[in-house]
Amino acid sequence: MEKPVLIREDGLRHDGRKPGELRPIRMEVGVLKNSDGSAIVEYGGTKVIAAVYGPRETYPKHLILPDRAIIRCRYHMSPFSTSERKSPAPSRREIELSKVIREALEAVVFTELFPRTTIDIFIEVLQADGGTRTAGLTAASLALADAGIPMRDLVAGVAVGKVDGVLVLDIDEVEDEYGEADMPVGYAAGIDEIVLLQLNGVMTKDEVLEGIKLAKKGAEHIYKVMKETLYKKYLKALES
Amino acid sequence: MSTTPTKQPVIPTIKRETILRLLKRGERIDGRKFEDYRNIWIAVNPIPKAEGSALVKLGNTTVVTGIKLEIGAPYSDRPYEGVLQVHAEFVPLASPTFEPGPPDEDAIEVARVIDRSLREPHAIRLEDLVIIPTKKVWILFNDLYLLDHDGNILDAGMLSSMLALNFTKIPSVVVEAEDNIIINREQKEKPLPLNLNVVTITIGVFEENLLVDPSLDEELIIDSRITFAVDENGRIVGLQKTGMKGIKQETFEAALDLALRKAKELHELIGKVLNNPQNYTKPSLALEELWG
Repeated sequence: MEKPVLIREDGLRHDGRKPGELRPIRMEVGVLKNSDGSAIVEYGGTKVIAAVYGPRETYPKHLILPDRAIIRCRYHMSPFSTSERKSPAPSRREIELSKVIREALEAVVFTELFPRTTIDIFIEVLQADGGTRTAGLTAASLALADAGIPMRDLVAGVAVGKVDGVLVLDIDEVEDEYGEADMPVGYAAGIDEIVLLQLNGVMTKDEVLEGIKLAKKGAEHIYKVMKETLYKKYLKALES
Repeated sequence: MSTTPTKQPVIPTIKRETILRLLKRGERIDGRKFEDYRNIWIAVNPIPKAEGSALVKLGNTTVVTGIKLEIGAPYSDRPYEGVLQVHAEFVPLASPTFEPGPPDEDAIEVARVIDRSLREPHAIRLEDLVIIPTKKVWILFNDLYLLDHDGNILDAGMLSSMLALNFTKIPSVVVEAEDNIIINREQKEKPLPLNLNVVTITIGVFEENLLVDPSLDEELIIDSRITFAVDENGRIVGLQKTGMKGIKQETFEAALDLALRKAKELHELIGKVLNNPQNYTKPSLALEELWG
């Protein structure tokens, strides 16, 4: 396929967004009955659902840590989430992303409050349209909050990309495929810490710094929406 | 599924406290400055049966990378390019904590970061690895083998991969028919076409301190690590944050400046090896200077 025009003559992106504009973001918590906490998050066409179980008994026993909970995290894409069917077996990419998402959440969860237990985080990508790891991180963070697990802060994920030489916020699949760089960022806005950071592509030093600034701005907005989503459910419960 | 590591090497409390006390005084347990790499020892083409190879010893972290070329089909979405595959094996002889079996998440992460750091800046001219367009291309296997683990596997692995690629020669082929291509590995003449060199610089973050090239003991104590892949033009061609703590913006910015400075040194080292390969060619690997 020919490379599409990513930045149009009017300076807008292929889907009409401004460079610093997010896709429409929707989220809901407490969507699953069985799990202790759950959330569904959509960034435009990207749809991700996350569930949290625990803290619960660690099995097998030899994995127990005496001074903290262990976190297990699985990022997984459904076979129908992509244009061509994705094999449900975990790919090397999914194994790596499970690790970076787990490490991002280890930075905020108070694991030391639940020694000898396990907190399980399951992320299923239902539809992939770019930014699945960052939407997954946002969903996982919401699901942890919904499960009532104490955290230092919420984490919002968003990717910054470089397309046709322009830094853009929240890239979709087309921009990821044909752009020059994809930089996923996980940001805990309340404590001002970057908990996930990767770069897949080529950037100058100034672009990296500018990109992180842009990602933080986007993440701050998502963070606000996350809080509103949680307030909506829990304040209502308190008032009734 | 990714699980919090539960089988980390044990570090005695007294050693941990010593390392922390020294860090607060601006010192490291092995006597290095915060910005120093450990000694780097290099051997080029130690494995002549590989199409190219390099052994890198970064302090006591020892990595050998071998490049093999096989003929196969191109990816369907890249019909006019050869195929690059990077694999990392953390074999059980390298550490008491490694078990035999398929690569775990750490090995997969190392391989994928190196893969991206080579692929994104087009370090290898994959379009020149085509034998019959859309049908037969060279598949380049970059296999990284960790022999001894003392921290910062990624930088040692990236350096050994980059050197091995630089010394890779393509075997000559005779195309009899589309499904009958004879590889003559006795005759390797054409060097692998490369566009540029890439190095990775890993910086350990402990509170506000930045530790270049953390050793295993340091890795077990520090908060997190950031790896910067930097090409020879000073562009950033990859980033990966690892570890279970977050980082502050100011810390990241300082690490980025430091990494760009250290990258120049590693690129100079690669240049030195490429200009005088005879100094880095060893008759054997049973050398006291290597293992002693």
